Amino acid sequence: MRITLHIWRQKGPHDAGRLVTYEVPDASPEMSFLEMLDVLNERLTAKGEEPVAFDHDCREGICGTCGVVINGIPHGPRAATTTCQLHMRSFRDGDHLTCEPWRARAFPVIRDLAVDRSAFDRIVEAGGFIGVNTGSAPDGNSIPIPKKTADLSMDAAACIGCGACVAACPNASAMLFVAAKISHLGLLPQGQPERFDRAAKMVARMDGEGFGNCTNTRECEAACPKEIGVEFIARMNRDFLRAGVADRPEKATAGGA
Amino acid sequence: MGGTSTCWVRQLFLSSIGKKSVMAVTGLVLFGFVVGHLVGNLQVFIPDDGKKLNAYAAFLKANAGVLWGARIVLLAALLAHVGIAILLALENRGARPVAYRVKTYREASYAARTMIISGPLILLYVVYHLLHFTWGTVHPSFNHDDVYHNVITGFQQPAASAVYIVAMALLGLHLFHGLWSMCQSLGVNHPKYNALLRAGSAAVASAITIGYIAIPVAVMAKLLK
Repeated sequence: MRITLHIWRQKGPHDAGRLVTYEVPDASPEMSFLEMLDVLNERLTAKGEEPVAFDHDCREGICGTCGVVINGIPHGPRAATTTCQLHMRSFRDGDHLTCEPWRARAFPVIRDLAVDRSAFDRIVEAGGFIGVNTGSAPDGNSIPIPKKTADLSMDAAACIGCGACVAACPNASAMLFVAAKISHLGLLPQGQPERFDRAAKMVARMDGEGFGNCTNTRECEAACPKEIGVEFIARMNRDFLRAGVADRPEKATAGGA
Repeated sequence: MGGTSTCWVRQLFLSSIGKKSVMAVTGLVLFGFVVGHLVGNLQVFIPDDGKKLNAYAAFLKANAGVLWGARIVLLAALLAHVGIAILLALENRGARPVAYRVKTYREASYAARTMIISGPLILLYVVYHLLHFTWGTVHPSFNHDDVYHNVITGFQQPAASAVYIVAMALLGLHLFHGLWSMCQSLGVNHPKYNALLRAGSAAVASAITIGYIAIPVAVMAKLLK
C-alpha cells in the first residue's frame, strides 16, 4: 500500500519545526505503524538524511513510551490501541497521514516526534510513598478487598503514562493521568493513610507543570489506549476538594493543643 | 486562622480543580436564576391580560430587600463565573503554545468545545436584555409599571425577537454541556446515575430553551397581544 506521510520535523526544543512530506510506496498492511516508520528511517539513513526521531520501547502496548498524533488523533484511529500496536491495515492504500508529536507546553519536543514527558514522573514523585511495610511478601488476602474495588483500582492502574490524554485534550490537561494515579492507590486500603494528602500534592504538582484545565470534553477518555474513564477525574475532584476543605493544616498553630 | 486561612483558601481556589469547582457552583447559582426567571416569565401565558405577571413584578419590587439580595448574589456569581472563565481560558491557551496542524475530535460535543464562545455571547445578550426590559433604554414603548405591555410591544419587533431566540438557543447549548460538566467538576459521577445525568442535562437545557423561546414566538404569532 502507498502511504504519504506529512511528518513533523523539529531539530530541537528551540527549532520552530515544520511538516515534511515523505512517501512510503510499499507499506505492508501487516506492518505496525512504527515498523513502517522504521522502513522510512532506513531509507532516509541510506540516502544520508536524518532519520525521524520517535519514542518507542516495548512495542507491545504496555510500556507507554510510544505516541504519535496521527491525523489529529493520539495513537491513531483504533480505539484502545497504542501507536506500536496500530497496524497499517487500519489505513487505506493512498492515505495521507499527518504525524505530529504530543503537543503541550508541559511536554517539550526533544526532536521530531519525541517529547519529554518527565513532568509525569515529577507528578508521581509528588504523590510520595504509601505506608506499607517492606520486607517479606505479605500473606495473600490478609487485607480483605471487595472484588469490585480491586477491579476498579486495577482499571485505574492500567494507566501506562503515555500522555495520550494530554495530547488529546483541547486544553492539554493532564487530569486523566493524575486521576488514574491518585485513584488506583486511593481505592485500596493500603493507600488510605496518605489518600487526601496525595491528591492535594499531585494536583499541586500537575498545576505547577503548566498543564491546562479540564473542561470535561472527554477527549482523553476516547484517546486512552487503556480505556480509563473520566469517572476517575470525578473521583480525583472529590478527593482533592475534600483535602482542600476538610484536611487539617500541616503544622499545629501556636497556642494550639 | 489569619495567615494560614488566606493561604489555604488561595491554594484551594487557585488550583485547577478549585477553579473548576467555582465555575460549577457559580454556574449552579446562575442556573437557579434561569429556572426561577423562566417560571416567573411563563405567567405571561395566563390569559388575564397580564394581571398576574404585573402583580408578580409589583410583588418583587415591593420586596426590595429580597430582590436586591438576590441581585447581589447573582452579580457576585456572574463576576466569579466570568472572571474564572477568562483565567481558565488563558491558562488553557498557554498550555498548548504550538497548535496541531490537524486536530480530530471524537468525544467533545459542539457545546463543550464552544463554551468559551457561547458564554461571552450570552453575557452580551444579558446586557441587551437589561437595556431592553429592565431599564427600557432600547425599548420602543417602555412602561415601568406594565411588564405585560413591555413584553408584547418589545417582541412585536422581529429583530428583537430574533436576538432573544438566538440567545436562548445559545443558552441551551451552554447549559447542555454546563449542567453535566458541573456535576463532573464537583465529583458527581457514578455508573448508576451517569445515563440519567447526561439525559437530564439535555432534557433540562432543551426545556429551558423551549420555554423562553415560546414567549417571543407566541407574541409574533399573535397568540399573545
